[in-house]
Amino acid sequence: MTPRDRIRYFFSSHRTGLSVCLLALFLLVYPAWVGNPYLLGISNLIAVYLIAVIGLNLFIGYAGQISLGHAAYLGLGAYGSALLTVHLGINPWLAMAATAVAVGLTAFLVAIPTLRLSGHYLAMATLGFNIVCYTVMMQWDRVTGGPSGLAGIPHLSLAGVAIDDETRFHYLAWGAAILVLTLGLNLARSSLGLALAAVAQNETAAASLGIQVHRAKIRIFVLSAVLASVAGSLFAHCYTFINPDSFTIFNSVELVTMVVIGGLGSIWGSLFGASLIILLPEFLHFFETFRDIIHGLIVVTVLILLPQGLVSGLKDLLRMRLLRKANNARN
Amino acid sequence: MNMPTLTDSLQFLFAGLTNGAIYALIALGFCVVHNTMGIVNFTQVDLVSLGGMFLYSALFLFGLPMPLALAGAVTAAAVTGMAVERVGIRPSRSDNHLVLIFLTIGLSVILRGIMKLAWGKNRMAVPPLTADEPIRLFGATILPQILWIFLLTAGAVLLLIWIFRRTTLGLCMRAVASNADAAAVVGIDGGRIRMISFAIAGGMGGLAGALVTPITTLSYDVGVLLGLKGFAAAILGGFGSFVGAVAGGVLLGVLESLAAAGLSSAYKDVIAFGLLLLVLFIRPAGLFGSAKR
Repeated sequence: MTPRDRIRYFFSSHRTGLSVCLLALFLLVYPAWVGNPYLLGISNLIAVYLIAVIGLNLFIGYAGQISLGHAAYLGLGAYGSALLTVHLGINPWLAMAATAVAVGLTAFLVAIPTLRLSGHYLAMATLGFNIVCYTVMMQWDRVTGGPSGLAGIPHLSLAGVAIDDETRFHYLAWGAAILVLTLGLNLARSSLGLALAAVAQNETAAASLGIQVHRAKIRIFVLSAVLASVAGSLFAHCYTFINPDSFTIFNSVELVTMVVIGGLGSIWGSLFGASLIILLPEFLHFFETFRDIIHGLIVVTVLILLPQGLVSGLKDLLRMRLLRKANNARN
Repeated sequence: MNMPTLTDSLQFLFAGLTNGAIYALIALGFCVVHNTMGIVNFTQVDLVSLGGMFLYSALFLFGLPMPLALAGAVTAAAVTGMAVERVGIRPSRSDNHLVLIFLTIGLSVILRGIMKLAWGKNRMAVPPLTADEPIRLFGATILPQILWIFLLTAGAVLLLIWIFRRTTLGLCMRAVASNADAAAVVGIDGGRIRMISFAIAGGMGGLAGALVTPITTLSYDVGVLLGLKGFAAAILGGFGSFVGAVAGGVLLGVLESLAAAGLSSAYKDVIAFGLLLLVLFIRPAGLFGSAKR
């Protein structure tokens, strides 16, 4: 092996790790480069959503299941954190952890009967769960504040320093997001990830290979719910105010849209999908009236032309083109 | 809490049956498309809103008399359904159901955007089909509109069953539903059948919207919750079964109304969807569904 080959081999075998490092490096200097709190606020929102979207992508993209109710877990995380800190005065970090555990347990109990369902029945059940959670957040106003929401949620703080401005929150949120991204990339190649891919292809075949289908599905569902809960908690502690309107079925659909646009089963795609959907309103600012239509048109166009999502789809297109070129050169 | 009197109970029962009839109509729209394409068509939700919108425009913009306006609204909703299939779904090269379902969600966002643009975000009022003189029945009062809802829903259901059981078109639709490839081999144009199933779904949704908006109010997103309850009704009955859709709709409507009366009206959605989840946990394929998906 020549040194050049060795370098090439190093890069190709470590491309995932190197990409993550590159992204981390970029994010490390990003606040110094941008500095504008408004822009940082937007990228922070991307980080928070990314955590939930990666979890959802593991469930939809890898396990091939459907959930139209993940905003409910986002909401449970946000409200759990908010209620524990506002009403009981518990330390925000502790509240976040306790909420994540509680949401994980809830998701486990919900998953046992729910994940026996499949297809449209599963879509309905997750949708129904979201509507139930939203209605309780709206109607139980003595505790949740009802439609006017909950204010005065404390910021997180680290070693006595409150994480109360965009730059500090940038490091927290993106730190967490990079961690989750790495987790997602690794999980996809772990035995659980491969088991889930088999389940997505054919449940019966997967079961005959010795995969405990129901258990694998429950595991990934609980993981995705916990990630959504953490994202919800971060959301609450970042904005110090929440109301039920952030956790409707439309938000669930938006989360799914981020997964689908980026590409089912593509973790890097999730990063792209979350960024695109959150940045879109910023670009469409000046024609507010057409926002929904353009939003929908983008989703529909992507799904019709590149049903495997923008990132995976464009990658496939590029690969096909290169192959064709190589073929032509040979002939 | 006071025990509701017999009259009150009857009143709630009528309210529940009314909602149930509307849910049943919407559920049938979901079922027709599911049977020919195997997907949940989430644009059904907006076709319900569109039914009300078209009725409003036919009455106040074109000044049509009520029967013509109703017919026009249902037709326009059916045509919209066809357009959605032709422009939005048929060009898709994917046969992955997940992708197709998300596609209908995207189309639904577009439809709501267009409605917001065309009719605005304000709430509007639509007049009922005939004069608003309440009728007294066993001590309960009911609006004539409710009788119209029962009558027209029953008519639409019978028409649908007649089409499916007695006409060549219905035979073709059942053929595509049972095996699209085999149907194509004997010369049935699957694309056309799917478009017709969208038209029927649009008509059903439009009729539901045009009938219910005089009792509720009309806005661009009125169909969302109604439509999702229609979907819930279809699932409750076993997705794809017409009898199940009607039974599921009526059951959901009545249970919801009685729960609102006896327990809490603020939490009636919780009760409705909670019950649905419970049924699904016990019978994962719905009440009338078969075990196979």
